[in-house]
Amino acid sequence: MSTRHEFPGPPHPGDWRMRGAPPHPFADDVPGATEQLHAKNGRPEGLAGGLGWMSLALGAAATAAPDRVAHLVGLPEERRTRTIVRAVGLREIASGTGILARGRPAGWLWTRVAGDVMDLALVSTAFRRDHVNTRRLTVAAGAVAGLAALDMLVARAMRRETPVRATHEVSLLHTITINRPAAGLYRFWRDLRNLPRFMRHLRSVAVLDDRRSQWRARAPAGMTVSWDAEITDDVPNERIAWRARPGSRVPNHGYVEFAPAPGGHGTEVRVHLAYQPPAGRLGRAVAKLFGEDPDWQVRDDLRRFKQLMEVGEIPVSESSFTRGGPARPPRRRRRWLRRRSSRIEVRP
Amino acid sequence: MKAICWHGKGRVAVDKVPDPAILNGQDAIVRVTSTAICGSDLHLYNGFIPTMKRGDVLGHEFMGEVVEVGRGVKTLKVGDRVVVPFPIACGRCLNCARELYSLCENSNPNAWMAEKLMGFSPAGIFGYSHMLGGYAGGQAEYARVPFADVGPIKVPDHIPDEQALFLSDILPTGYMAAEACEIKPGDVVAVWGCGPVGLFAIRCAFLLGAERVIAIDRFPYRLQWARDRAGAETLNYEECDVPETLKDMTGGRGPDACIDAVGMEGHAPGLAGAYDRIKQALMLETDRPIALRQAIFACRNGGIVSVPGVYGGFLDKFPFGAVMNRSITIRSGQTHVHRYLRPLLDRIERDELDPSFVVSHELPLEDAPLAYEMFAHKQDDVMKVVLKPH
Repeated sequence: MSTRHEFPGPPHPGDWRMRGAPPHPFADDVPGATEQLHAKNGRPEGLAGGLGWMSLALGAAATAAPDRVAHLVGLPEERRTRTIVRAVGLREIASGTGILARGRPAGWLWTRVAGDVMDLALVSTAFRRDHVNTRRLTVAAGAVAGLAALDMLVARAMRRETPVRATHEVSLLHTITINRPAAGLYRFWRDLRNLPRFMRHLRSVAVLDDRRSQWRARAPAGMTVSWDAEITDDVPNERIAWRARPGSRVPNHGYVEFAPAPGGHGTEVRVHLAYQPPAGRLGRAVAKLFGEDPDWQVRDDLRRFKQLMEVGEIPVSESSFTRGGPARPPRRRRRWLRRRSSRIEVRP
Repeated sequence: MKAICWHGKGRVAVDKVPDPAILNGQDAIVRVTSTAICGSDLHLYNGFIPTMKRGDVLGHEFMGEVVEVGRGVKTLKVGDRVVVPFPIACGRCLNCARELYSLCENSNPNAWMAEKLMGFSPAGIFGYSHMLGGYAGGQAEYARVPFADVGPIKVPDHIPDEQALFLSDILPTGYMAAEACEIKPGDVVAVWGCGPVGLFAIRCAFLLGAERVIAIDRFPYRLQWARDRAGAETLNYEECDVPETLKDMTGGRGPDACIDAVGMEGHAPGLAGAYDRIKQALMLETDRPIALRQAIFACRNGGIVSVPGVYGGFLDKFPFGAVMNRSITIRSGQTHVHRYLRPLLDRIERDELDPSFVVSHELPLEDAPLAYEMFAHKQDDVMKVVLKPH
């Protein structure tokens, strides 16, 4: 009934895209979006690499020649100092190796930040001790503080741009055949106010003008998240594409295409939805917004669209009301049920 | 209202549940006058069908009087006496247009569950697991019937319940099984299982021109019914080697068509039977396809194996080599009941067929737990139990 393509991926023979339809919208709607993110990634990663090598060099020096290092930063050359400098050196080697191993550089960068804080504490206690070179110690303290600031900046940037969070846009493509002509399906979809009737995560869509609309969707804990969207492509009876307007809190875009099924057996409907879960709480909220399994969510949305178009209602069974409970008549008042059923009915 | 509810393996109970209400505009509510326990209900009873939940209302064979219709119902009226097909069909999708009603694309709200198990989903079915819709069944005082203009067929007043009730499932099922055999004059048909579907398959095979029908079972009383009431020759599989005997009985060629009216809980004497019982118990296979293996094995070269018996999942030691090398055609499917309602009702009205001959017990709805137990263990020479809710 439906197919799914992970994006990005090359079109395969028989693919919709090979049949003269427009190319994948992500390719033309948001030009170079993925490259942009990689480029952003490149900078902190380059810098992070530098910091990693620096850690390794410093660590090697501190463990191999603790006295020389101690002298350099203005500490007295004694046994206790030597032990501390050696420990600091080992810590730096660990941090450097972690950062350069590239598994999760952001986390290892934070160990550098922690190390910097520790070093600053050590240096500040050293000021109170005898036999210290205060001038050298001040320079060292300044250097550590500067490095701490740089480490923190890079670590934060890395966290924001960690690949799993940013470059993996959730992208879904599904197909269903509906035993109705394309024109009626297009008309129903083009009136975006109809979408919440079968897209379960949507609360409402308000049409602002011919192109612009405001979408309100369910978020976890009964909250609502909303964004403005605009239609980016509109070919009557064939294609509708839309996307959240720039600056939206929920970057997303999608399209629907209608094409005659072989043998005149209705219309093949193809839907593509993509959204970018941004970092932070909102990101998680948006991810959940599309259901635990966004793939099945879209599939079920399409099935409901088919039901509305073919039979004018979304058939429900007793178990649809007991929410995972047994298949037996629901214990609700009839009027409430009637209201609900009238909401999910359509007069074609 | 009172309803028969599933409460786990081997346990059904008469529960008090809310009366059904119209949930969709095209629904009707039927006051059930007769309902029956199907052999396939025993697969639920024995716990072999996945996605059942405690408290599910059972039953997919029922008929009664329409007491309420939704706003979208055009042809059915309050007061109509109807029999309801067990698969729920919308009448407007491509499969319904092709008369493949048990494959309706719109009637299973839980289609995703079936898709995970079977690839695609068939139609929703009354009282037959959540995977097949999660619909409350008809072994109750009242039942909600979706797509009321598509499924239920009006029954003339002069046809008693006992003659009309089996239009809901087993009569069309037996008929479709025989029809799938493409019977030509002179054909010999073998039928595994002499339960109600088997008996109807035998009768319908004769109706469609079979010269001989050979029936296979192990219960003497069932074999006697097959002989006396359906006119078949019989074999007791506990007393003979079925494929060998069938070969002997058909001039060494094998039956032209074989019908498996047994399904997923087949039995066999000796090692072969024990093998499948153990594998099924250990969840290493979902079904015991003993009858199906035998039917394939016994069928003549180029013959047809027709499978009305219910299977649930994945079969073991399936002799596909025989199917391929001997050009055997396998036909199966949940019955497209809607397709057969009118022609079979006409045959009943013309007295060509009286389906009431399979009834062995008629009991009040409250006795359903007893009836299930009796049916499951083949006590009291049970063949078909009809329950009366009112």
